Amino acid sequence: MKLDSMYQDIILDHYRNPHGKGLRDGDAEVHHVNPTCGDEITLRVKLDGANVADVSYESQGCSISQASASVLNDLVVGKTVGEAQAVQEAFLELMQSKGQGEGDEEVLEDAVAFAGVSKYPARVKCALLSWMAWKDATAQALAQNPAVND
Amino acid sequence: MTHTFTGLLDTDAIRKDFPVLQRLVHEEKPLVYLDNAATSQKPRQVLEALNAYYERHNANVHRGVHVLAEEATAMYEGARDKVAAFVNAPSRNEVIFTKNASESLNLVANMLGWADEPYKVDADSEIVITEMEHHSNIVPWQLLSQRTGAKLKWFGLTDEGRLDLSNIDELITEKTKVVSFTLVSNLLGTINPVEAIVRRAQAVGALVVIDASQAAPHMVLDVQALEADFVAFTGHKMLGPTGIGVLWGRQELLEDLPPFLGGGEMIETVTMGSSTYAPAPHKFEAGTPPIAQAVGLGAAIDYLSAIGMDRIAAHEHAITEYAVERLLEVPDLRIIGPRTAVDRGAAISFTLGDIHPHDVGQVLDEQGIAVRVGHHCARPVCLRYGIPATTRASFYLYSTPGEVDALIDGLHHVRNFFG
Repeated sequence: MKLDSMYQDIILDHYRNPHGKGLRDGDAEVHHVNPTCGDEITLRVKLDGANVADVSYESQGCSISQASASVLNDLVVGKTVGEAQAVQEAFLELMQSKGQGEGDEEVLEDAVAFAGVSKYPARVKCALLSWMAWKDATAQALAQNPAVND
Repeated sequence: MTHTFTGLLDTDAIRKDFPVLQRLVHEEKPLVYLDNAATSQKPRQVLEALNAYYERHNANVHRGVHVLAEEATAMYEGARDKVAAFVNAPSRNEVIFTKNASESLNLVANMLGWADEPYKVDADSEIVITEMEHHSNIVPWQLLSQRTGAKLKWFGLTDEGRLDLSNIDELITEKTKVVSFTLVSNLLGTINPVEAIVRRAQAVGALVVIDASQAAPHMVLDVQALEADFVAFTGHKMLGPTGIGVLWGRQELLEDLPPFLGGGEMIETVTMGSSTYAPAPHKFEAGTPPIAQAVGLGAAIDYLSAIGMDRIAAHEHAITEYAVERLLEVPDLRIIGPRTAVDRGAAISFTLGDIHPHDVGQVLDEQGIAVRVGHHCARPVCLRYGIPATTRASFYLYSTPGEVDALIDGLHHVRNFFG
């Protein structure tokens, strides 16, 4: 069934047991919404020098948007900002692939499970919500502390 | 499962008129179309009217002396006659064609913003709407409020999904210039008590605007019985094409109120200094109108009228009664709105445990069942009931008890999938 390509077990696992959920201390906070469906996320980024020390969030939304935030937390915390941005760009490229991309598992790890979501235009925004919030919050955190910028 | 139905239409015959309802989707599953509150499907008769117009009669209206121009004008104005009869308007000149209900409501809000006394909305005025409005009946009033300084006030909602009229005398006061509300909620399905609101509005001399987008397709709509000043609705939810809406307004108001959009057709004379305007309805129809779409709406009205709006309402009531009963059997399902079929239309919103409506809608879609998910352009309602979104199933004259059963089976499948 086609649905299984979207609702991979990895996605459902992250949805049921999200990693890193809850708001903790951060350098910048953003609130993003998906106006077409009402999904919302409040996300904080904590930097430690050039490293992503923490990404914390409160969110409501569908399984895809919730699982995506969980995977984001797994993938970017502990990386340098530059490495994390490369992951974000790889994920964005995968989600814009209209079902054609497979994703590089070396870079995207669990996030390759979202490849099937890219076939469903209405759901791509769900998968990208937390990543766009992270990108925005990270830019704000960097702006507050220009010394960290590369 | 035994359930007695009364008043069902011959849906086998009706469905033959709707080509899209024969479609199979997702690996040969029959389409179960339950998104009628978003837009209805179109019968062959409407599609043929559109085709015939373009193939044989296409021309611009109200100008030109050639045969096609005269035919196109007669067809466009004939559609106006059909709409006037459909809503029991005292005069055909009270029917303004717009592109949709949103434009109709924006038109009223703008007329009142530019009007002279006694209609003028200004910083001393109050505008009253309700918490269950579609965004199209919220945002135009917010804009008017921001531009004029008028105060925007809201009817609240009861836990059962009805309008809370307990403070009606404090809400609608001598300062109220306009009261605008939906006849049937697109999210809750609630049918609102028009008479009580109109009586209070009339007592203070406020104008009454009714959003009939979810009413016109489903029940007898009689603008004289409603006693409103303006009634707005859209064609595409009532078997017509997109791109055509209606604003009905009382003749003396249309004569007094200023135009909103300027352009061709809406003028009497134009000089470099100033212009004078055509009488209503043309004063409010600047530019080339949606001609084919009006003709298509006329064909849709013919189709609905041949069946009878009272019979369509009875059919939908029977389907809604059955759907409410069966939905309430589904574990963890919460109906957002009245939990009975009394004074409610055929749009039913619900939540299903913790499963997000997007996920509900996606798994239903895989089974060929089309529902709407999200906040349905009525976000204040979701906030009121503390939910981010709902799943909405909405029925129409071609909906069947079997489709209700398919929805219920589908919801059980959704629960298993995410269980």
